[in-house]
Amino acid sequence: MKRLSKLLWVMWPLGCVPFVVLLWQGLSGALGPDPAKTFVAQLGWWAFIGLLLTLSARPLALWLKQPWLVALRRTFGLLSFAYASLHLIAWAWLLLGWDVRYIGDELSKRPYIIVGVSAWLCLLPLAVTSTRNSRRKLGKKWVRLHKLIFPAVLLVLVHDFWIQKSGYTEQVVFALVLFVLLGWRLMEYYKRRKNAQLAAFSAR
Amino acid sequence: MLIKTRKASDIPSSEITPESVYLNRRHFMAALAGGAVASGMSGNALALVGNPAAEDAGRPKWWRNAVEQRVDGMPNAKDSLTPYSDATRYNNFYEFGTGKTDPSEYAGKFKTDPWQVTIDGEVGKPGTFTLEDILKPHPLEERIYRFRCVEAWSMVVPWVGFSLADLIKRFEPTSKAKYVAFETLYDPEQMPGQSSRFSGIKWPYVEGLRLDEAMNPLTMMVVGLYGRTLPNQNGAPLRLMVPWKYGFKSIKSIVKITLTEKQPPTTWNLLAPGEYGFYSNVNPLVDHPRWSQSRERRLPNSLFDPNWHDTQMFNGYEEEVASLYKGMDLKKFY
Repeated sequence: MKRLSKLLWVMWPLGCVPFVVLLWQGLSGALGPDPAKTFVAQLGWWAFIGLLLTLSARPLALWLKQPWLVALRRTFGLLSFAYASLHLIAWAWLLLGWDVRYIGDELSKRPYIIVGVSAWLCLLPLAVTSTRNSRRKLGKKWVRLHKLIFPAVLLVLVHDFWIQKSGYTEQVVFALVLFVLLGWRLMEYYKRRKNAQLAAFSAR
Repeated sequence: MLIKTRKASDIPSSEITPESVYLNRRHFMAALAGGAVASGMSGNALALVGNPAAEDAGRPKWWRNAVEQRVDGMPNAKDSLTPYSDATRYNNFYEFGTGKTDPSEYAGKFKTDPWQVTIDGEVGKPGTFTLEDILKPHPLEERIYRFRCVEAWSMVVPWVGFSLADLIKRFEPTSKAKYVAFETLYDPEQMPGQSSRFSGIKWPYVEGLRLDEAMNPLTMMVVGLYGRTLPNQNGAPLRLMVPWKYGFKSIKSIVKITLTEKQPPTTWNLLAPGEYGFYSNVNPLVDHPRWSQSRERRLPNSLFDPNWHDTQMFNGYEEEVASLYKGMDLKKFY
């Protein structure tokens, strides 16, 4: 298993594939007649997928009894942040041409954009403190800080729902996946609290 | 019938659009005859006849003939045309799915013949008619209209059809008729989007116009596009085209037209009344609550240039239609 964990680095080049494919599609016309719009939306889609994968790493490791899989959390988390950042940059650059007037207008008037940017702001400190060094330095605070992924992913879900005109099938599927992933953690949390209480009680 | 005489300010489109881009009838027919395939050129306005919808060849003769015999209407959009391949592969037709390419992918087998249209309500001569009977008395025209979607993208399309006013007059509206209601076919077996559980839309799709809007000569019943019979994904066999309103007002695959005394319900207004009004006139000064309507991306565009155009009041048809809304607060009646 140790050997397998060494193979985790392949996730990085693999994680770049969607971006490269999208870029190629966008330049070749394969994204249709409104490529910038589609490009931005697709980057956001991958960022969301990345977040769901990040949240799946630990339950998956426990379920498959492969503890080394937990390391995927960091990889997926950083990839997701990269896609979220590209999504944000592509939006400001390709769609709005870095025009401060339009960007300011969108940031102040469009609720789903405010929600989306807030989600990105939640992810930013997580990416910054993703190094082993920071983790060591921050200790318990690091764990608490990284709980920001929960508001982030919920904001992303709201952002995604809010953009749609109608036809929420995909969003409903994402919401269900998220419900399972968060529900599992909630159950785990209550189980742990109960066990701690029992332990405290029997220690008395 | 020509819908209006040329105004002095209207420079013929052939003089404005570069000659290489402007498509006159002869070029177009030559392109058709030559079977010009230009699908690889879809950033280019010359790529007009990229892969025509397959169903055109199988359309009934009377329909193809009627489209063939069209005359030039007023080509008042001076903009260069959106390529055929984009106009027929980037569609909002939620009956076939919410993705932009869903309609072109899933509407191929949609049955448009035989087709019947019911005309009822406040008319002297109600009834159910075959499409052939509906079309018969109306010579068809080609009109180049700007098409502005509520999602802030736009196209320029040569439609083939006739003024709705001529159709309505045939059925003799009564003095009580104040509105016109339209209804799309409901057939979930053919239209998979109608059985989607999370669409939020109540089928069938319904739309409506005030009678004077419907009688405006710009308002068009469309049966063709780019000199061919209307592709299924664009709303075959019969759709509405109201060029100064957001695209969703121009209801597709119509089976029923009802003249009413009261304002009829409309699909998007039922779904989100705060976002889509009954009027839904193109108006750069009234934003959609979730996005700006001051600009539009003219399609096709490219990855590094969204091709923004400033959106025009009434989509540039102010002269023809502004009088319909005199004295109305368009922020309130959006």
